[in-house]
Amino acid sequence: MTQNRSWIPYLLILPTVVFLGLLFVVPLIQTLWLAVSDNGVPSLANMQTMVRDINFGRSILNTFLLTLAVVPIQIAMALAMGSMVSKVNGGRETILWIWTIPLGISDLAAGMVWLSILQNTGYLNTLLFSMGLIERQTAWLTYQTPVALFVGIAIAEIWRGTAIVMIIIVAGLNQVPKEFKEAAEIFGASPWTRFTRITLPLIRPALQSALILRTVLAFEVFAVVYALGGRNFPVLVGEAYNWQNQNQNYSVAAAYAVLIMVISLAATLFYLKVIKVDPERLP
Amino acid sequence: MTNIVIDNIRKSFGPFQALKDVSLTINDGEFVSLLGPSGCGKTTLLRIIAGLETATSGDISIGGRSVIGLPPKDRGLAMVFQNYAVFPHMTVYENVAFGLRMQKADEARVRKQVEKAAGLLHIEPYLDRYPNKLSGGQRQRVAVARALAVEPGVLLMDEPLSNLDALLRLEMRTELKTVLQSAGTTTIYVTHDQTEAMGLSDRIAVVHDGRIEQVGTPVEIYNHPATRFVGGFIGNPPMNFITMPVLAGQVAIGSESFSVPTSSGDIVLGLRGETVERAPSGQGLEMQVRVAEPMGSHLLLTGSILDQPARVILPATETVRNGETVGLTLDAKRVTWLSPEDGVSYPAAA
Repeated sequence: MTQNRSWIPYLLILPTVVFLGLLFVVPLIQTLWLAVSDNGVPSLANMQTMVRDINFGRSILNTFLLTLAVVPIQIAMALAMGSMVSKVNGGRETILWIWTIPLGISDLAAGMVWLSILQNTGYLNTLLFSMGLIERQTAWLTYQTPVALFVGIAIAEIWRGTAIVMIIIVAGLNQVPKEFKEAAEIFGASPWTRFTRITLPLIRPALQSALILRTVLAFEVFAVVYALGGRNFPVLVGEAYNWQNQNQNYSVAAAYAVLIMVISLAATLFYLKVIKVDPERLP
Repeated sequence: MTNIVIDNIRKSFGPFQALKDVSLTINDGEFVSLLGPSGCGKTTLLRIIAGLETATSGDISIGGRSVIGLPPKDRGLAMVFQNYAVFPHMTVYENVAFGLRMQKADEARVRKQVEKAAGLLHIEPYLDRYPNKLSGGQRQRVAVARALAVEPGVLLMDEPLSNLDALLRLEMRTELKTVLQSAGTTTIYVTHDQTEAMGLSDRIAVVHDGRIEQVGTPVEIYNHPATRFVGGFIGNPPMNFITMPVLAGQVAIGSESFSVPTSSGDIVLGLRGETVERAPSGQGLEMQVRVAEPMGSHLLLTGSILDQPARVILPATETVRNGETVGLTLDAKRVTWLSPEDGVSYPAAA
């Protein structure tokens, strides 16, 4: 009976395929065309405009620096948090629930939260002042304090984006039977050796997913940066936004969008290549 | 000398007492099984010996040295787990070598020990493979080889055969016996399978409800169970328990009388199904046969004796019809008498 209705699965899948096709693939092709054409003729003019812009180099540098600073810290923190919570018997769900709160906050709201902490009249300055560490309001988020601005943005991004990494890592850790760690312990492996030689290799798939997802999202960073640094800290998506809205130049914005997509794809391929997941070597 | 002395080990999980003052001494080179139904505490005891779990109170010494508080690696033992716990991301060679690598053994010794253990367990052809390419039986061989490669003083095995299919289990059981005999390692083997325990062990400790009910050789435990639980748990079919009245220290069975260790009241006859013979018609202990099943090697009778359920085994040459009443002759030396109150058996007649 089921053999005779082999078209049913396709029918059920069809709406999602049509939906994504219309609202994803079509705009993607339009964006690609927009980026590599000028008045309907193929052209590299938009790319040239993008590359010659004063903020282009800085936005690439900033985006990469931020990604390089934020992603490894997030992975390390997620691993530490996941390992710690796996040792907890009672209250595990509550701890995970609290840790995942930042997931429920939009990135712009997260940026505003950190703005209220780091701005001139913010909580940080109030605290430092009351402790007598500073004598007057100190600015952290201006173009004159690039290091403080970078650190502020990085901290806000780490605070906002670690939860999703942690969820993937915790799911991966739950997949590792405890007997593997116990066997390693019996045969004399220290806690650190158990982590590096047993746990890490066994959560490779989760690690790979977390790295890809988090890195792609890091290249798309925008709202937190915009809230904290405005144009003092140009990033790629911010430039795309500016070309689109301030300059009303959709073609250069499209060129940025294509560039971000290429970088994300390259990062994904890099992780797929470097962190190979061999199903033969998994439980 | 790697003897193990378990002294009054108690373990509580909250209000639940998993182990209630368990004591057991295991001699150097001895193979002892902890046998009992699931949830009886046998695995908990093994994990306490391993150091994966801490006892609430009591002491354990291995080779004359108390190991309470020592981490597993300082106890000089190795362990084989029920689900093998063979590392999937390492080759068979690296799995077997794992313990030696942790001990920072030099490459020559690693190679020598791995080859020796692999040879014992016949896994040389798979040394370069990953465990996912191996069958359950081969993975269990790898797990045993990994344990033997470190030449442990004590080998702990937690239901190592229970994930294998029946045929493979039988094959591995025989092989384990050969391998462990030649290794001469003191072994504690946890199982719920009485045939494994009977076949492999020098001695069996029957665990029930957090206590050791009886410790003895397989034959002792089989022939003279210390409690009703032990008799009922061991043997297939399990021991029959028939309550009978005692008159002046005697129990009348058919035309015979048996002297029993109590003078009046009731006593429970513990009867192994295969220790009976068919009596001439009209004599012996009467059994009403409900179902007679010819099993080829023997004839299995299910029915009742003195209105109490019973199962006995007669030679395959006998023929019994369903619903027939047969007389059974008992062998006084091979029956066990138990107290009807607490189910504890009276000492075997000398």
